[in-house]
Order: sequence, then structure tokens, then C-alpha cells
Amino acid sequence: MASLTLKINSKNYTVNTDPKMPLLWAIRDIVGLTGTKYGCGIAQCGACTVHLEGTPVRSCSLPVSAAANKNITTIEGLSVDNSHPVQLAWIQEQVPQCGYCQSGQIMAATALLKRNANPTDKDIDAAMQGHICRCGTYPRIRKAIKTASQLMASTK
Amino acid sequence: MEIINKNISRRNFIKLGGLSGAALTLGFSTPAFGKESLTEIIKGDTAENLGIDLNAWISIDTSGKVTITNHRAEMGQGSFQSVPQIIAEELEVNLDQINIVFAQGNNKKYGSQITGGSSTIRGNYKKLLKLSATAREMLIEAAAKKWSVTKSECYAENGFVIHKASGKKLGYGELVQEASKLEPPIEVVLKNPKDYKVIRKSLARQDTPLKTNGTAIFGLDKKLPGMLYAVVERNPRFAGKVKSFDDSETKKIPGVKHVLKVNRDVFGNMQEGVAVVATNTWAAMQGRKVLKVEWDDTGFEHHNTDQLYAKMKEQLKGDVISYKTKGNFNAAFAKSDKKLEALYETPYESHSCMEPLNCVANVTADACEIWGPIQGPDWIQGSLAAHLKLPMEKVTVNMTFLGGGFGRKAFTDYPYEAAMISKEIKAPVQVIWTREDDMSMGPFRPGMVYQCKGGLDKNGAIAAFETKMAGQNMGTQNPGADKSGYNDSVTEGLLEPYFESIPHYSFGDSPLESPVPVMWWRSVYASTNGFALESFMDEMALEAGKDPLDFRRKHLGNPRYQELINKLEEVSGWKKRGKNEGYGVAITECFTSIVGEVVKVSKKPDGKLIIDKVWAVMDCGWYVNPNIISAQVEGSIVMALGAATKHATHFADGKAVEKNFNTYLMPRITDIGEIEVHVMDNEEKAGGVGEPGLPPFTPALTNAIFDLTGKRIRVLPFNLEEV
Repeated sequence: MASLTLKINSKNYTVNTDPKMPLLWAIRDIVGLTGTKYGCGIAQCGACTVHLEGTPVRSCSLPVSAAANKNITTIEGLSVDNSHPVQLAWIQEQVPQCGYCQSGQIMAATALLKRNANPTDKDIDAAMQGHICRCGTYPRIRKAIKTASQLMASTK
Repeated sequence: MEIINKNISRRNFIKLGGLSGAALTLGFSTPAFGKESLTEIIKGDTAENLGIDLNAWISIDTSGKVTITNHRAEMGQGSFQSVPQIIAEELEVNLDQINIVFAQGNNKKYGSQITGGSSTIRGNYKKLLKLSATAREMLIEAAAKKWSVTKSECYAENGFVIHKASGKKLGYGELVQEASKLEPPIEVVLKNPKDYKVIRKSLARQDTPLKTNGTAIFGLDKKLPGMLYAVVERNPRFAGKVKSFDDSETKKIPGVKHVLKVNRDVFGNMQEGVAVVATNTWAAMQGRKVLKVEWDDTGFEHHNTDQLYAKMKEQLKGDVISYKTKGNFNAAFAKSDKKLEALYETPYESHSCMEPLNCVANVTADACEIWGPIQGPDWIQGSLAAHLKLPMEKVTVNMTFLGGGFGRKAFTDYPYEAAMISKEIKAPVQVIWTREDDMSMGPFRPGMVYQCKGGLDKNGAIAAFETKMAGQNMGTQNPGADKSGYNDSVTEGLLEPYFESIPHYSFGDSPLESPVPVMWWRSVYASTNGFALESFMDEMALEAGKDPLDFRRKHLGNPRYQELINKLEEVSGWKKRGKNEGYGVAITECFTSIVGEVVKVSKKPDGKLIIDKVWAVMDCGWYVNPNIISAQVEGSIVMALGAATKHATHFADGKAVEKNFNTYLMPRITDIGEIEVHVMDNEEKAGGVGEPGLPPFTPALTNAIFDLTGKRIRVLPFNLEEV
């Protein structure tokens, strides 16, 4: 057991835990933020994606100790009022069905657009193919990423 | 619109709001075992006085807010949007005036709540329209009384009643007290669909914002004070038991609180396992890892996939249980000008909802309350009451949002298991199924084998048609079930007019006995029947030398089907196909909706096959929200693509082989191109939306592959890259 500091969405949390516990379970069960989802536990589906220092990571496969004292952003940290361009685009294109995987999809799309403001279909494929959506919202995800890119360009 | 992710009974709602007597509440009352036609609309206070339980109800308070219950699950299919749209239309309110609350499991109140068979809208829309129109008429009457004018001088709009001549208006909130004193009118006039303002519009789903900022509460997100977390090491064989277990290492893991033997009721068969209960999910998982269990695997078959399929094929050589026949198939087939036969195979499949199974249970000495992603709350309430020997009213079943359902979350096993653990440890507990548990424990979609025979006459029309189906019957798994009857799902997916146009046919099934538990999987038997029937239709068309779309047109004389075929031909450019393009079509019918799909394929420069585009035409009759329908068809197509080309569940030595997404491969964003969906406009009865888009995709794809390559695919799944 170890006492660690987690900096999630610009807020500090002290957690006393097994340092090998995946970040996912620390976020969900100890910190109590449930927007980040468990999907497979082996980094195959992307439902657990959060940003670590701005880079998308699979929180189900990252020991909590590796995230200590670093900036973590979860879906709750993107914006509570859905004002982030990616959230706006997701709503505009009516992407979610069941919605369970969408936190991870949105976090991956946000990271993509941060490093590539105008992604091609190929760029979108590369960034998003690690994310499973059983409801099959893929065509809308592709569309929403392009919409978000336009929204971001127009607000610059 | 606000979605109240909390379960409130009507009585509590009124109490909470302090609204008793100051709200207009209307609901349905169906006499016990009564016929649908005896359902009457009744006021909340009348029901209260008479001690009657109200079904689905709407309540308007003094601020004009409308609160409704949704007695069905929201698992992505959009009932939380389409139900309020129906109510807003006839009640004449804006969607943002409506709050929706999750209903609790109560069969007596709501009738069947199992969200399956694509039934939420098609089963309830007429009642919902009438209920809303009744409330509107009472509000208009209340306003007319206040103004001392006749009702016909007034109309309702945007939550107000307006006096036409003077332009005077009163908000619903100001009228509810008066209106609640009136008796509901017996007859109300419903709108002509031409005049719809809310229905038929692609309005944005009100649950979307909850799903883009992480605030939607799914089953896995439910927390209770003092709640513990459990995972269960179940016998990997479906009928297996626990001989003994050693938890000495498990108990050393910090956070582990209890280790106990549990069982899981799978169609009356008690599969045993050992639960590890801890203060967090990870600790429970770690404790499970070091648990040593000795299994008892005696007394049942340890099957493997090859054996199951060999058995099905063997059975098809013998007699089947006849379901539906016309004329004399054997005689007509023998006399046919051209004859053909084909065998089709479809795999066992896991539902693999993105939200793995889970359930929170809190069982006390005299009551049980559960929360979870639940498709069949009333069924679960009955099952828990029986198992826990509690009266029904002491069992409360709360639905959360579902991270996918597809049929799996209608089953009763996972709430049962959670309740048993909570009862034993005397604390609230959440049971989490790991992805491996979720994928390998079943129930699964049953694997099927079909044998089709067809005879063509000299004009190239179908003279004789036979389909024999072998596979497990989902309806006869409970102990003591009558297994002598036919499986009436043999023709599920087949277009109705074929029964008219084909002079001689025979459909029957040969049920497979197997310990593998099976369950509805999106579009149920149509999901596999559609592949066999519509592939064979294509084979017959080509054998007859006909264009596959024209061949279908000729056999489907009904105008409704003709219109769908015309539309499909027009939007897909069926007749304008280019060189090196493969086009395939399939049309199926299930849950009273008809869907036709055309798939276009081609080969990339590297020789690999690619799906260029899919066109779908959905005829679901009376409908609510076109964009939700499109989304459901898109999703159905992607799910079908997975089962056709990516994944299958195999069994070896009595255990499921594929356990996670590294072996049970899913379609990805790279696997599907553009999908164009069209919705037919007509006033036929409302049909299902969530499932009927699935069955035609796979045969349309394999028919397109044949069109391009001459290669006929009869066994699923197949690898698109290897065609």
C-alpha cells in the first residue's frame, strides 16, 4: 500500500492504495469519478481512455503509481457543460446510442484534434481504430471529428 | 428535458413534490388479466382513492412541468427520446417541459417491461397518444370553464391553452388544479399525422448531453454507502459445480472481506462459483487471481464446436418438426425444371455489450433492492421474489442506463447472483463481471445450420421451397419444458408475401440438445435465418437467370413491398453499377418492419475486398424520429458485420474459447464506410426499429461478394480480407 497524489482535472486527491492498481479503478472506485469506463481490462477497447499530461492512455492498463503527481484529465474534466468543441460536435452529429464507450471515444478524439487540427480520414482511422463501439456509431464518430475540427477552426 | 436517473414511484413523486391535489396526473389502469381493450385512462387521485395501481403515467404540476415514466429500458435505442416526442405531440408541450423518470420493475402495473422484440414504440404508441390527448383536452376544458367559453373556441399550444378570439392564454400549470377536478373524456380525437409538429422530426436526443460529459449513470456507476465490490470465479463449464476451494492466499490481499461459494441460475441449472468480495474492484480481482478452486465437472457433456455442428448436420438428414407447410413440397420439387440445394452455417455469438454485466444488490432481512443495466425488470422482480421467498412488493428493481443490451440483459442470472451474495454477506454489493466473464459465460446466440432446397418452374419462378433449421431452441431451456413442439421462429425474417407467391413450401426445425445456454441476440433468429433465406433467394434468382432484385419483385406482389424495392433500386443506383463493382441485395422482415439493404463491394489495388457503401431502406410504418431510426439501422449493420466477418464463439472441452476482444475481434472504425438510410413514409402500423436493420446486411454483403467474385459464402464468419 502507498499514499499517492492524483491530480485529476486540476484537483488533487490523496489515495492510499496498492500502487499496482490500474489507474482506472483508482479513478472509479477510490476517487469516485465514474465517467471513465471499464470495457476489457487489456487495452483493447479504449473505453477507459484518459489524458496523462495531454496524451491519451488506457487507464485499465496503467498502474496508478505511474500516474501519481501527473496531470490527469478525464471526461469530467473536458467540460461539465458540454461546451468543448468535441462534445458539441458529438451532440450535433448525435453520435451516442448506449453511450458507454463514448467517454473514451471523446477523449481519443480530443487528443487527436489537439495534435492535428485538421485530420484526414486516414488520421482518424489511426487515432480511433483502437476504440470499440458495439452500437456501431463509427460513421458518426468520423463525421463528428470533422465537425469538431471545423468548430475549433471557426472559434480561433 | 431532464432525465431523472432515479427511480420514483408516482406516490413518492407526488409526496416529494408536495403536489397531491395540485397536479393533473393521468395513467392507465388495466384490470388484472384484462384485455388491452379494457385499459382505461384514469386520474391519479381516483386511482389513489380506489387503491388502483396506475400504469405508465404523466403528471403536470403547477409550474407546468410534465413528468412521465418510461417503463422500458434505455440501452441506446432511443426510447427516452421517442416516448417523450409522442407525448409532446398530443399534449402540445415543448420537449424541454418534460421530465422523464426510470420506472421500477412491476409487471402488474406495466405489463411486460422486457425491452425486447423492438416493442417499446410499436407496443405502446397508440396508448401514449391517447393518454396525452386526454390530458390536453382536460386542460382545454378547464380553461374554457374559467373563461366561460366553449371548448371549441380554445386550442392548446406550447404548454398553454389559448382562446382564439381574444388571444387570452393560460399556462398548463395554472390549469392543472381545475383540470384535475374534471373527468377524463371517453373519446379523444388524435391528430392527423400530416399535422405532426414533433413526431417525425429528427430532434436531438435528450440523453445525449449526459453521455458526452460522463454524467449518465450506467449500472457499473451505481454506488451505495458501504457498498462492497465482488467478482466471481465461476466454473468455466456451464453446468459445472465447485468441489472445494482454498482461499488462504485470497484472504491475504488487502481489502478482501469475504470469500464465499455462490451459484448462478441458468435456466434452472445451478452453475457454481466462488465470489471474492472486497472494498474495491481491483482488490476483488486480485483476490480471485490467487484463489484455488477444484471443480466438479461430472455428469454432463463436455462439448466442442465441431461436435455440435456435426450433430446439427446429422440431424438435418432425418425428420424435422414441421412448422408451416403449403401444397406438397416433395412432389413439386421433384417436378421442378431446375433444382438447387444449399447448406448454411452461422456461429454461436456473444452479446459483448460494451458495459459488461454488473448488478448492485442490497438484501436485508425482509426486502431486496437492486440496481443495474436491466432489460427485463419485471421478469427479474419475479425471479428474485421466488428465489428469496419474498413478496413481490418487497423486491424493488431499478433500471439504470444500459451500456448496450442486445438481449443479454433481459436474463435474470446476474441480479440473482448479486442478490445471493448481498444476502449472505449482509451488505450492499456490486457484482462486476470482467470482460472475460461476460464473454465466456453465455447465454449466447445459438449456432445454426440451415438446409435449403428450391425448385424453379420453366418461367424462373419459385415452384417449391423448403428450409430445415437445426440448432438450439431458446424457448425450451427451462427444466420440464415441452420439447416436442416446433420452433416457431423458423421463418422469422422471411417476407410475408412469399407465403402467398410460393405454391409449395415446407418449414421445420430439428432442435439441438446442448448444455450451452442460449438467449436472444439482436433480431434473434432473424439474425441467422436472414442469412440463409436471403442467400438462397439470391442463388435461386441467379439459377433462374434473373436479376436478384427483379426476382424478389416478382415474388413480392404486395404494394408495400413493391414500393420498398423501387426505393432501394432508386437510391442504390442498382441498375447503374460500374465495372468491377459488386452489388448485393437482401430484404427481410421482423418485428413487423421490413428492411432492404444493398451493399456495394470492390477490390482495392492490393486485391483486398472492401465494402464501399451500404444503402438501407427501412419500412417501419408509423414512426417517430427518423434520425434515431437511421442510427439504429447503422448500428445494426455494424453489429451484423462483426458477426459475419470478425467474431464467433467456439467451444472446446465444454468451455468457451474466446474471452476478450483480443480473440473475439470487433468491427472497428476502419471496417465500415458510408451507410445511407432511408425511411419509408406510410401510415402502416408502427413496427420495430432497434433490430430489423440487422438481418439483411450479411446476405446483402455475401450476395455482393458473389456478384463481384463468383465466390459463394455459406459459412459464417468469413475473413473479408481472404475473399
